[in-house]
Amino acid sequence: MDSAPTMSERIVQRLKSWEGLLLLILIVVIFSNALFATGYTGPQNQINLWWISIEKAIVVLAMAFVIINGEIDLSVASVMGLSAVVVAILWEQGVGIEIGILVALLVGLGIGLFNGFWVAVVGMPSLVVTLAGLIGIRGLAFMLIEGRSIGNQATAFPTWFEDMGQQPVSELIGVFDNIPLVDRMPFAIFVYIGLLILAGVVLGRSGFGRRTYVIGSNKDVAQYSGVDVRRHKFAIMTISAVTAALAGVLLASHLGAVRGSTAFGWELDIITIVLLGGVSIFGGSGTMLGVFLSTLLVLNIRNGLGLNNVPGHTQTGVVGLLLILSVLLPNMIESYQGWARRRSLARAARAARAGPDPAGGAD
Amino acid sequence: MSDTLLRRLRPSQVRELITLLIIVAIILFFSTQIDNYLTGRTFNRITTEFPIVAVVAVGQLLVVLTRNLDLSVGSQVALVAWSTGFIATEVPGINPIVLLLIAMFMGVVMGGINGLIVSFGRVPAIITTLATLAIYRSVLITVANAQTIETRGLPDWIVTFPGTTLLEFGRADIRLIFLIALIVVAVVQLLLTFLPYGRRLYAIGSNPDAAGMVGLPKQRDVFLAYLGCGALAGLGGLMQMAKFGTITVDSARGLELAVIAAVVVGGANIFGGSGSAIGVMLGAILIAVLDLSLARWIGISDFARDFLLGLLILLAVAGDIVVNKRLQKIWLRARQRDEARAGPPAAAAGGGDG
Repeated sequence: MDSAPTMSERIVQRLKSWEGLLLLILIVVIFSNALFATGYTGPQNQINLWWISIEKAIVVLAMAFVIINGEIDLSVASVMGLSAVVVAILWEQGVGIEIGILVALLVGLGIGLFNGFWVAVVGMPSLVVTLAGLIGIRGLAFMLIEGRSIGNQATAFPTWFEDMGQQPVSELIGVFDNIPLVDRMPFAIFVYIGLLILAGVVLGRSGFGRRTYVIGSNKDVAQYSGVDVRRHKFAIMTISAVTAALAGVLLASHLGAVRGSTAFGWELDIITIVLLGGVSIFGGSGTMLGVFLSTLLVLNIRNGLGLNNVPGHTQTGVVGLLLILSVLLPNMIESYQGWARRRSLARAARAARAGPDPAGGAD
Repeated sequence: MSDTLLRRLRPSQVRELITLLIIVAIILFFSTQIDNYLTGRTFNRITTEFPIVAVVAVGQLLVVLTRNLDLSVGSQVALVAWSTGFIATEVPGINPIVLLLIAMFMGVVMGGINGLIVSFGRVPAIITTLATLAIYRSVLITVANAQTIETRGLPDWIVTFPGTTLLEFGRADIRLIFLIALIVVAVVQLLLTFLPYGRRLYAIGSNPDAAGMVGLPKQRDVFLAYLGCGALAGLGGLMQMAKFGTITVDSARGLELAVIAAVVVGGANIFGGSGSAIGVMLGAILIAVLDLSLARWIGISDFARDFLLGLLILLAVAGDIVVNKRLQKIWLRARQRDEARAGPPAAAAGGGDG
């Protein structure tokens, strides 16, 4: 008990970690945004920077589990698109939106089970399975909706559904009226906060979370230790697809109009945020705190650049650069330290050899 | 009889044969479904459709063999296509060879950046190329500044390139674009089969740690694989520009998916160590045949093609896992039987070598 680190020691330890570095960069970004981006500090902008990407942020939470588990899910954006399309198509056919949402979630469940079957039972690499899903599921979405856009004029969604995505909760049901910031939050942000807490607790504090790490760091060892690797991978792939389907439904209500290309290409952003959060692409490490900080970081960078009229593709390029540097710099520092250590050892050895040391020779 | 045949052929060659048989089966099937299917025109369509994907996919194979990946090839192709189109528009008299060298040099630079970061910076390939996918595209969009390359500004030899024909057999042409793909595939296949460098790529991909321990120049070889991948993406970019003539900043978006699909359908292991250039070309042809035939097949929507492509990738790899395991077993057993039959002298010789 005596050797347990004190509170301040633990804080210092934390700050030296990946999360600490992210926090530092985040502070720099927030400060420079506040200085150079007009309108950044306004409360509405603070909400908007979340609101605009909230569906991605939700999928990021599930993707963190997938990658820590040593797998990847490239199909999430296509699942989001398909789920939004399913809601829209059923609505167009005269089915109630509530039933549409249910069907969309079931479709997500079905895709999750499908992915899980190939990855966990057949043992195919998730990279290939979900690459096929990325292409095939998007094709399915296009087959259903073809070139149309649903949600405009004649096919407009019911008001409550659009309000859910486009109005703050406080205006809809009259709660949180006088709490600053919270009164401007839409439904999806509340969903995100709930899922974030859930994901953090499950990953950090539950047996399910521990198994996710153990399998991610060494599948075989986990298997021999009595962990049911198959069942766990099956569960993770399913959770990922269902979360993506949920995000797709929220996206439909947020956009108010759905096309076949809805959420196209978003898997890149989602995976980037997870990796930037310190989750190893090889699995086995990463924390929900890191993922949350990196979500904040990416959203803030995009917002700050956007307020300075930097176009979206350049923002994506900047985030990409950051992603590379986040792995490259620590590697280079490590290499340099190794090189310096070897050099000092070599120097010490030379000095020892050159020095008059007959005793050493006699040995 | 099948036993001796299987002993002659290595499992990977059997895999190529199966891909070829599937292509033939698909063509036979559609010839009963579509009128005027087995004609020179169909041949021409297929042989102009698959080369770009095949060339870029063969480059991708070099990287995939080493247990790496290059997701940025689509952006590389687009950047090269736009830039070479811009150059050809500004300097209409430019020598095709010079333009080709420029295209491949640009690809080499972009592949080199990927290779440096992956190989010497030890950043995982999927992270690096996910990022450069975005970066190269954003460079293109910034440089292009919403300007589109248009056919009417291009010199004649580029405009006529897709139809440039070398030989004619009735209605079926052997077109230049087809020949380029064949040459690239042949060169890479020879490199992989006969050069020590090619063999090292397989060794690195089957077990990177072991390859490092026995002293293979792992970092340099992976870097070179990225250079090769970039050079072929550059060639693919020039072909893209010459084939389509109109190049927007959105050109070749998602090409990396088609390319990886061709690699995987062609029988290469996405985790390195196995695959061949011929297989990858067959994969690209299979995808092109399906794509074009489905487009002409009445009763199937245009949009269904992606769905079927996804299914195809899944089935190809699932089939590989099941069939390959079995084939390998049969092949090994046959080899062991041969050795046993050869008897003690062979064993003694083996011992002497050791």
